[in-house]
Amino acid sequence: MAEQTAPPLPPSGRIGVVVYLAISALVFVLMMVLGVLMRLSQATWVELSPNLFYEVMTAHGAGMVGISGLAASGVIWYFLRRYVDLSVGILWANLAFFLFGVVLILGGIFVGNYAGGWTFLFPLPGTSAGVWGTGGAASYLFGLLSIGVGFLLLYLDFARAIMARYRSLAKALGWPQLFRNSSDEAPPPTVVAATMVLIVNIAGILAGAVVLVLILVNLYAPQFAVDPLLTKNLTYFFGHVFINATIYQALVAVYEILPKYVGRSWPVNRIFLAAWTATTLMVMAVYPHHLLMDFVMPTWALAIGQIVSYLAGLPVFAVTAWTTLTIVHRSGIKWDMTSGLLFVSIFGWSAGIVPAIIDGVIAVNHVMHNTMWVPGHFHMYLILGLVAMLFGFMYYLTDQGSRKGLD
Amino acid sequence: MIQDTVFVVTVVLMLVVAGAFAYVALNAGKAVAEYPPIQQRSQGMRVWFFWILIVAGVLIAVVTMLDLPYAATRGDTPDDAVTLEIEGRQWYWEVGEAQLTAGDTVIFNVTSGDVNHGLGLYDPAMRMVGQTQAMPGYLNVLSLTLEQPGTYTVLCMEYCGLVHHAMVSEITVGE
Repeated sequence: MAEQTAPPLPPSGRIGVVVYLAISALVFVLMMVLGVLMRLSQATWVELSPNLFYEVMTAHGAGMVGISGLAASGVIWYFLRRYVDLSVGILWANLAFFLFGVVLILGGIFVGNYAGGWTFLFPLPGTSAGVWGTGGAASYLFGLLSIGVGFLLLYLDFARAIMARYRSLAKALGWPQLFRNSSDEAPPPTVVAATMVLIVNIAGILAGAVVLVLILVNLYAPQFAVDPLLTKNLTYFFGHVFINATIYQALVAVYEILPKYVGRSWPVNRIFLAAWTATTLMVMAVYPHHLLMDFVMPTWALAIGQIVSYLAGLPVFAVTAWTTLTIVHRSGIKWDMTSGLLFVSIFGWSAGIVPAIIDGVIAVNHVMHNTMWVPGHFHMYLILGLVAMLFGFMYYLTDQGSRKGLD
Repeated sequence: MIQDTVFVVTVVLMLVVAGAFAYVALNAGKAVAEYPPIQQRSQGMRVWFFWILIVAGVLIAVVTMLDLPYAATRGDTPDDAVTLEIEGRQWYWEVGEAQLTAGDTVIFNVTSGDVNHGLGLYDPAMRMVGQTQAMPGYLNVLSLTLEQPGTYTVLCMEYCGLVHHAMVSEITVGE
């Protein structure tokens, strides 16, 4: 096991993580209620006016993506703090920016009647045909911007702390061990994962900030022309990276906890390191699979979207799922909520990306893009994958970790 | 239909993943075994697994990318095709005039007059036969051969505001 050299975690740090997870659990339930409400409306059991329905849809989408990001960042922060000296103040600052953003978003939606979907595809935020006003849209977009600022601070702090300990991001990704056969001990899995996450999420959040500012300026100065295809690229780059990175953050709970149950360590070998470096690039390169039906996009970009969708699954199947099965196989593991949820989460992730990889095939996307197949995929992947990881971590944190002497 | 194939392939692959997890879960608690031999066997199997995935991926990519739906947008359209102009607007489709007959190859010149929409064309049995995005300032060209006669339905495939769900139009294809 890698050395844990960071100073002891102050109580405010642990409380911070608990608050992240508690708020997340609560918001998950509330957003699930909104999801059920939409289904009841579609089943004509409950009557929602069209705009209320789409307001609920917008809140559900933005709320679920945002809270998944918050919860997952809490998980990785908790474990990363064991190796590097993260700032507890930044942890709380992120939460403050997040909650401020939530107030603006909810105000934009339920007071300002903004119902432009969480993807805020330009020019819809400013072109509602009179359904919502500029103020509602601006409040929503500023809310997202505030949340982005908080997360940007958090991941910059990851970068600062990791570079203070490992001197460069390349070293924290294990490149000396991967490319130069260095005999030094590789960084622990959590540090490798956190380095990937900070790289992709800083890039994603900056792209998101650019598109939000472009749309905000256009809202108040429509003569400031914005290209819908450029903004669509930026939105899906940001959106894909941000939601995809949630599972790579929560995955750290599996890396840190499951080995304790089975008495076998998670191997940090060259395959593991190669997988994370490849994943860093693929998570950023795969986003054109959201634009396969934008025929005006360059063919090479769309081909990359299909090919990288497939390749990005390889580390999940051949490294993460494979290693999980290997370390659990005939290990004498004691099943409880924590170990069970973490094991199931890797199944949910692996099975849940199957429909996405298939829908990433251009010929399939041609008849399935934006159909119910897509929410089918990401609900399975997020509920059985991400949410199972988060709840596994919560059980560990609140009960079993301390009671069973795992921590 | 491609949708049926996709459904079956997805379910089968998910069952394979589920089977692997179920097998390990059922054997996890009983007869604890030494780890190094398990690790060694797993690594050997993984090499095979990895190369099977790579070879399968190359085959899938080659087969599925031979015929991409982008040719018409790049200007490659058949001479005998019928052209139909379609513009999405909040919340209706402006569909040009054309007499269509079963077997015609139709070139849909798709754009939008306001926000992003998506043109999804469903055959008389309500199975999607093709789609493209309708985007302001851009022209996406969708080329489809409509084999069956009957009434085709156009649905909006990109959320576009208050009446998105009712942004429906029809295209009739004669015998």
